[in-house]
Amino acid sequence: MAAGATYVSIASQTLTSAASTITFSSIPAIYTDLIIVHQGAALTTTALINMELNGDTTGSNYSLTFIIGDGSSAASGQYTSDKFVGRNYTAQQNNIFQIMNYSNSTTYKTTLSRSNSAGNLVQALVSLWRNTAAVTSVRLFVGAGNFDTGTTFSLYGIAAA
Amino acid sequence: MATANTFVQIGSTVTVGGGGAADITFSSIPATYTDLVVKISSRDTTSGSVWQNFQIAFNGLTTNLSSRAVYGNITTPSSASFASNIFMWTSAANATASTFGNAEIYIPNYASSNNKSVSADFVSETNGTDAIYGLTAGLWADASAITSIKLTPALGFAQYSTASLYGILKY
Repeated sequence: MAAGATYVSIASQTLTSAASTITFSSIPAIYTDLIIVHQGAALTTTALINMELNGDTTGSNYSLTFIIGDGSSAASGQYTSDKFVGRNYTAQQNNIFQIMNYSNSTTYKTTLSRSNSAGNLVQALVSLWRNTAAVTSVRLFVGAGNFDTGTTFSLYGIAAA
Repeated sequence: MATANTFVQIGSTVTVGGGGAADITFSSIPATYTDLVVKISSRDTTSGSVWQNFQIAFNGLTTNLSSRAVYGNITTPSSASFASNIFMWTSAANATASTFGNAEIYIPNYASSNNKSVSADFVSETNGTDAIYGLTAGLWADASAITSIKLTPALGFAQYSTASLYGILKY
Protein backbone atom coordinates (compact mmCIF):
# COMPACT_ATOMS: atom_id res chain seq x y z
CA MET A 1 0.00 0.00 0.00
CA ALA A 2 1.46 3.32 -1.03
CA ALA A 3 1.87 5.72 1.86
CA GLY A 4 3.45 8.69 0.10
CA ALA A 5 2.16 12.22 0.17
CA THR A 6 -0.87 12.69 -2.07
CA TYR A 7 -1.83 16.30 -1.35
CA VAL A 8 1.17 18.56 -1.30
CA SER A 9 1.73 22.28 -0.97
CA ILE A 10 3.79 23.28 -4.02
CA ALA A 11 3.92 27.04 -3.55
CA SER A 12 2.03 29.98 -2.10
CA GLN A 13 2.00 33.73 -2.50
CA THR A 14 0.68 36.46 -0.21
CA LEU A 15 0.56 39.87 -1.80
CA THR A 16 2.51 42.49 0.12
CA SER A 17 1.23 45.16 -2.24
CA ALA A 18 -1.70 45.31 -4.64
CA ALA A 19 -1.05 43.51 -7.90
CA SER A 20 -2.95 42.73 -11.07
CA THR A 21 -1.28 39.41 -11.80
CA ILE A 22 0.43 36.47 -10.13
CA THR A 23 2.22 33.51 -11.68
CA PHE A 24 3.12 30.04 -10.52
CA SER A 25 5.95 28.79 -12.70
CA SER A 26 8.22 25.74 -12.95
CA ILE A 27 5.39 23.49 -11.83
CA PRO A 28 6.77 19.95 -11.71
CA ALA A 29 5.01 17.16 -13.59
CA ILE A 30 5.03 14.78 -10.64
CA TYR A 31 1.40 15.20 -9.62
CA THR A 32 -1.91 14.25 -11.20
CA ASP A 33 -4.03 17.32 -10.53
CA LEU A 34 -3.46 20.89 -9.44
CA ILE A 35 -5.55 23.03 -7.11
CA ILE A 36 -5.17 26.78 -6.69
CA VAL A 37 -6.98 28.51 -3.83
CA HIS A 38 -7.41 32.28 -4.00
CA GLN A 39 -8.71 34.18 -0.99
CA GLY A 40 -8.90 37.94 -0.66
CA ALA A 41 -10.49 41.01 -2.14
CA ALA A 42 -10.13 43.42 -5.01
CA LEU A 43 -8.43 46.71 -4.20
CA THR A 44 -11.17 48.95 -5.58
CA THR A 45 -12.46 47.53 -8.83
CA THR A 46 -14.62 44.49 -9.46
CA ALA A 47 -13.29 42.45 -12.35
CA LEU A 48 -13.04 39.03 -13.90
CA ILE A 49 -10.08 36.81 -13.07
CA ASN A 50 -8.40 35.33 -16.13
CA MET A 51 -6.14 32.31 -16.38
CA GLU A 52 -3.34 31.70 -18.89
CA LEU A 53 -1.47 28.42 -19.02
CA ASN A 54 2.17 28.13 -20.13
CA GLY A 55 2.18 31.75 -21.20
CA ASP A 56 -0.38 31.21 -23.95
CA THR A 57 -2.03 34.61 -24.37
CA THR A 58 -4.17 33.66 -27.38
CA GLY A 59 -7.77 34.00 -26.30
CA SER A 60 -9.08 31.76 -29.05
CA ASN A 61 -7.26 28.82 -27.43
CA TYR A 62 -9.57 29.02 -24.43
CA SER A 63 -13.31 28.49 -23.95
CA LEU A 64 -15.65 28.22 -21.00
CA THR A 65 -19.14 27.39 -19.76
CA PHE A 66 -20.60 28.55 -16.45
CA ILE A 67 -23.61 28.54 -14.15
CA ILE A 68 -24.12 31.47 -11.86
CA GLY A 69 -26.51 32.68 -9.16
CA ASP A 70 -26.73 36.25 -7.90
CA GLY A 71 -29.19 35.65 -5.11
CA SER A 72 -32.31 36.26 -7.14
CA SER A 73 -31.91 34.31 -10.35
CA ALA A 74 -29.75 31.62 -11.92
CA ALA A 75 -28.18 31.75 -15.36
CA SER A 76 -25.68 29.91 -17.48
CA GLY A 77 -23.57 30.88 -20.43
CA GLN A 78 -20.70 29.99 -22.71
CA TYR A 79 -17.79 31.80 -24.32
CA THR A 80 -15.92 30.13 -27.13
CA SER A 81 -12.91 32.43 -27.10
CA ASP A 82 -12.28 33.72 -23.61
CA LYS A 83 -10.14 32.86 -20.61
CA PHE A 84 -11.90 34.19 -17.54
CA VAL A 85 -12.22 31.65 -14.76
CA GLY A 86 -13.23 33.63 -11.69
CA ARG A 87 -14.35 36.87 -10.11
CA ASN A 88 -12.61 39.53 -8.04
CA TYR A 89 -14.84 41.58 -5.73
CA THR A 90 -14.00 44.20 -3.15
CA ALA A 91 -15.36 42.05 -0.28
CA GLN A 92 -13.54 39.00 1.08
CA GLN A 93 -14.20 36.07 -1.24
CA ASN A 94 -12.53 32.99 -2.63
CA ASN A 95 -11.97 31.28 -5.96
CA ILE A 96 -10.87 27.65 -6.22
CA PHE A 97 -9.40 26.28 -9.45
CA GLN A 98 -8.81 22.58 -10.15
CA ILE A 99 -6.75 21.67 -13.20
CA MET A 100 -7.27 17.99 -13.89
CA ASN A 101 -4.59 15.72 -15.34
CA TYR A 102 -2.41 18.76 -15.96
CA SER A 103 0.84 16.98 -16.75
CA ASN A 104 -0.20 14.67 -19.57
CA SER A 105 0.87 15.57 -23.10
CA THR A 106 -2.00 14.05 -25.07
CA THR A 107 -5.19 15.82 -24.02
CA TYR A 108 -6.47 19.36 -23.85
CA LYS A 109 -6.56 20.69 -20.29
CA THR A 110 -9.81 21.24 -18.40
CA THR A 111 -10.18 23.44 -15.33
CA LEU A 112 -13.07 23.38 -12.87
CA SER A 113 -13.52 26.70 -11.08
CA ARG A 114 -15.66 27.84 -8.17
CA SER A 115 -16.20 31.49 -7.31
CA ASN A 116 -17.68 32.42 -3.95
CA SER A 117 -18.67 35.95 -3.05
CA ALA A 118 -21.50 35.91 -0.52
CA GLY A 119 -22.43 39.52 -1.23
CA ASN A 120 -22.42 39.17 -4.97
CA LEU A 121 -22.67 35.74 -6.56
CA VAL A 122 -21.79 32.09 -6.60
CA GLN A 123 -20.44 30.47 -9.75
CA ALA A 124 -19.23 27.15 -11.13
CA LEU A 125 -17.25 27.27 -14.36
CA VAL A 126 -15.51 24.80 -16.60
CA SER A 127 -12.82 26.03 -18.95
CA LEU A 128 -10.76 24.38 -21.63
CA TRP A 129 -7.28 25.16 -22.89
CA ARG A 130 -7.01 23.67 -26.35
CA ASN A 131 -3.40 22.56 -26.06
CA THR A 132 -1.93 19.15 -25.24
CA ALA A 133 1.22 20.40 -23.53
CA ALA A 134 1.83 19.61 -19.89
CA VAL A 135 1.00 22.64 -17.75
CA THR A 136 4.16 24.13 -16.27
CA SER A 137 2.96 27.61 -15.42
CA VAL A 138 -0.29 29.27 -14.43
CA ARG A 139 -0.87 33.00 -14.60
CA LEU A 140 -3.90 34.59 -12.94
CA PHE A 141 -4.70 38.21 -13.68
CA VAL A 142 -7.60 40.59 -13.38
CA GLY A 143 -9.18 42.37 -16.30
CA ALA A 144 -9.15 45.65 -14.39
CA GLY A 145 -7.86 46.92 -11.08
CA ASN A 146 -5.83 44.80 -8.68
CA PHE A 147 -5.84 42.04 -6.14
CA ASP A 148 -5.57 43.80 -2.79
CA THR A 149 -2.69 43.54 -0.34
CA GLY A 150 -2.97 40.41 1.77
CA THR A 151 -4.64 38.36 -0.94
CA THR A 152 -3.35 34.79 -0.87
CA PHE A 153 -2.82 32.23 -3.62
CA SER A 154 -1.95 28.64 -2.74
CA LEU A 155 -0.94 25.97 -5.23
CA TYR A 156 -1.36 22.31 -4.32
CA GLY A 157 -0.51 19.12 -6.17
CA ILE A 158 -2.50 15.91 -5.86
CA ALA A 159 -0.61 12.74 -6.69
CA ALA A 160 -2.18 9.53 -7.85
CA ALA A 161 -1.59 6.62 -5.50
CA MET B 1 9.96 21.46 -2.58
CA ALA B 2 7.73 20.26 0.22
CA THR B 3 6.82 16.58 0.12
CA ALA B 4 4.75 16.18 3.26
CA ASN B 5 1.07 15.46 3.07
CA THR B 6 -0.74 18.70 3.76
CA PHE B 7 -4.34 17.40 3.81
CA VAL B 8 -4.88 15.77 7.17
CA GLN B 9 -7.89 14.83 9.25
CA ILE B 10 -8.42 16.82 12.44
CA GLY B 11 -9.88 14.64 15.15
CA SER B 12 -12.24 11.83 14.27
CA THR B 13 -15.21 11.47 11.98
CA VAL B 14 -18.46 12.19 13.82
CA THR B 15 -21.14 9.55 13.24
CA VAL B 16 -24.67 10.28 14.47
CA GLY B 17 -26.12 7.60 16.71
CA GLY B 18 -29.56 6.06 17.00
CA GLY B 19 -31.24 9.02 18.62
CA GLY B 20 -30.24 11.44 15.90
CA ALA B 21 -28.47 14.72 16.63
CA ALA B 22 -29.53 18.34 16.90
CA ASP B 23 -26.15 19.45 15.58
CA ILE B 24 -22.60 18.35 14.84
CA THR B 25 -19.85 20.49 16.32
CA PHE B 26 -16.09 20.48 15.88
CA SER B 27 -14.42 22.42 18.65
CA SER B 28 -10.89 23.33 19.74
CA ILE B 29 -9.75 23.58 16.12
CA PRO B 30 -6.04 24.43 16.16
CA ALA B 31 -4.73 27.39 14.17
CA THR B 32 -1.91 25.34 12.70
CA TYR B 33 -3.40 24.86 9.24
CA THR B 34 -4.13 27.24 6.38
CA ASP B 35 -7.53 26.05 5.17
CA LEU B 36 -10.30 23.82 6.52
CA VAL B 37 -12.45 21.30 4.68
CA VAL B 38 -15.60 19.69 6.08
CA LYS B 39 -17.02 16.65 4.32
CA ILE B 40 -20.57 15.69 5.25
CA SER B 41 -22.87 12.76 4.54
CA SER B 42 -26.22 13.58 6.10
CA ARG B 43 -29.96 13.14 6.18
CA ASP B 44 -32.46 15.38 7.93
CA THR B 45 -35.33 13.95 9.98
CA THR B 46 -37.98 16.38 8.75
CA SER B 47 -41.03 14.37 7.67
CA GLY B 48 -42.86 15.36 4.51
CA SER B 49 -39.68 16.72 2.92
CA VAL B 50 -37.42 15.17 0.30
CA TRP B 51 -34.67 17.63 1.10
CA GLN B 52 -34.06 20.24 3.78
CA ASN B 53 -31.53 22.92 4.57
CA PHE B 54 -28.74 22.82 7.08
CA GLN B 55 -26.39 25.61 8.05
CA ILE B 56 -22.90 26.28 9.30
CA ALA B 57 -21.82 28.72 12.01
CA PHE B 58 -18.53 29.48 13.74
CA ASN B 59 -17.16 29.98 17.24
CA GLY B 60 -20.56 29.53 18.84
CA LEU B 61 -21.91 32.66 17.17
CA THR B 62 -24.84 33.05 14.79
CA THR B 63 -24.15 36.64 13.82
CA ASN B 64 -22.53 38.25 10.77
CA LEU B 65 -23.35 35.30 8.52
CA SER B 66 -24.60 35.67 4.95
CA SER B 67 -24.73 33.56 1.80
CA ARG B 68 -25.87 33.19 -1.79
CA ALA B 69 -26.78 29.90 -3.38
CA VAL B 70 -27.53 28.61 -6.83
CA TYR B 71 -29.30 25.28 -7.03
CA GLY B 72 -31.33 23.01 -9.24
CA ASN B 73 -33.81 20.25 -8.55
CA ILE B 74 -36.46 19.08 -11.01
CA THR B 75 -37.37 22.55 -12.17
CA THR B 76 -35.56 25.57 -13.51
CA PRO B 77 -32.37 26.41 -11.57
CA SER B 78 -32.81 29.08 -8.94
CA SER B 79 -30.75 31.40 -6.82
CA ALA B 80 -31.35 32.84 -3.38
CA SER B 81 -29.58 35.06 -0.89
CA PHE B 82 -29.65 34.89 2.91
CA ALA B 83 -28.75 37.83 5.11
CA SER B 84 -28.24 35.90 8.35
CA ASN B 85 -27.28 32.32 7.51
CA ILE B 86 -24.98 30.15 5.43
CA PHE B 87 -27.34 27.53 4.05
CA MET B 88 -26.82 24.24 2.22
CA TRP B 89 -29.27 21.41 1.54
CA THR B 90 -29.36 17.68 2.17
CA SER B 91 -31.70 14.69 1.95
CA ALA B 92 -34.67 14.55 4.33
CA ALA B 93 -37.09 11.95 5.66
CA ASN B 94 -39.18 11.62 2.49
CA ALA B 95 -36.16 10.89 0.33
CA THR B 96 -35.64 7.28 -0.75
CA ALA B 97 -34.74 5.22 2.30
CA SER B 98 -31.03 4.95 3.09
CA THR B 99 -30.07 7.86 0.84
CA PHE B 100 -27.89 10.60 2.27
CA GLY B 101 -26.88 13.92 0.82
CA ASN B 102 -23.22 14.90 0.47
CA ALA B 103 -21.63 18.26 1.01
CA GLU B 104 -18.13 19.69 0.99
CA ILE B 105 -17.34 22.98 2.66
CA TYR B 106 -14.03 24.77 2.05
CA ILE B 107 -12.85 27.62 4.28
CA PRO B 108 -9.60 29.31 3.16
CA ASN B 109 -7.42 31.21 5.65
CA TYR B 110 -9.66 30.28 8.57
CA ALA B 111 -7.17 31.53 11.15
CA SER B 112 -6.54 34.89 9.51
CA SER B 113 -7.71 38.28 10.77
CA ASN B 114 -9.82 38.85 7.64
CA ASN B 115 -13.49 38.05 7.24
CA LYS B 116 -13.95 34.36 6.36
CA SER B 117 -15.28 33.33 2.96
CA VAL B 118 -16.82 29.91 2.48
CA SER B 119 -17.24 27.67 -0.57
CA ALA B 120 -19.77 24.84 -0.37
CA ASP B 121 -21.06 22.21 -2.80
CA PHE B 122 -24.01 19.99 -1.93
CA VAL B 123 -25.88 17.15 -3.62
CA SER B 124 -28.86 14.98 -2.78
CA GLU B 125 -30.03 12.30 -5.18
CA THR B 126 -33.01 10.21 -4.12
CA ASN B 127 -33.85 7.87 -7.00
CA GLY B 128 -37.30 9.40 -6.76
CA THR B 129 -39.21 12.38 -8.01
CA ASP B 130 -37.07 15.10 -6.54
CA ALA B 131 -33.45 15.85 -5.74
CA ILE B 132 -31.24 18.88 -5.31
CA TYR B 133 -27.79 19.99 -6.32
CA GLY B 134 -26.25 23.33 -5.58
CA LEU B 135 -23.45 25.68 -4.67
CA THR B 136 -23.20 28.15 -1.81
CA ALA B 137 -20.95 31.16 -1.30
CA GLY B 138 -20.84 32.11 2.36
CA LEU B 139 -19.28 34.85 4.45
CA TRP B 140 -18.67 35.16 8.16
CA ALA B 141 -17.87 38.84 8.59
CA ASP B 142 -15.71 38.37 11.63
CA ALA B 143 -11.96 38.79 12.02
CA SER B 144 -11.60 36.07 14.66
CA ALA B 145 -9.78 32.85 13.91
CA ILE B 146 -12.24 29.99 13.56
CA THR B 147 -11.90 27.67 16.53
CA SER B 148 -15.19 25.79 16.29
CA ILE B 149 -17.65 24.81 13.57
CA LYS B 150 -21.29 23.96 14.18
CA LEU B 151 -23.49 22.25 11.61
CA THR B 152 -27.19 22.62 12.37
CA PRO B 153 -29.93 20.78 10.46
CA ALA B 154 -33.46 22.03 9.87
CA LEU B 155 -34.80 19.52 12.39
CA GLY B 156 -32.22 16.85 13.20
CA PHE B 157 -29.43 14.83 11.66
CA ALA B 158 -30.56 11.24 11.17
CA GLN B 159 -28.68 8.21 12.41
CA TYR B 160 -25.61 7.35 10.34
CA SER B 161 -25.04 10.94 9.26
CA THR B 162 -21.32 11.68 9.33
CA ALA B 163 -19.03 14.70 9.24
CA SER B 164 -15.24 14.86 8.98
CA LEU B 165 -12.95 17.85 9.40
CA TYR B 166 -9.66 18.24 7.54
CA GLY B 167 -6.88 20.77 7.71
CA ILE B 168 -4.82 21.85 4.71
CA LEU B 169 -1.38 23.29 5.31
CA LYS B 170 0.69 25.32 2.92
CA TYR B 171 4.34 25.83 3.52
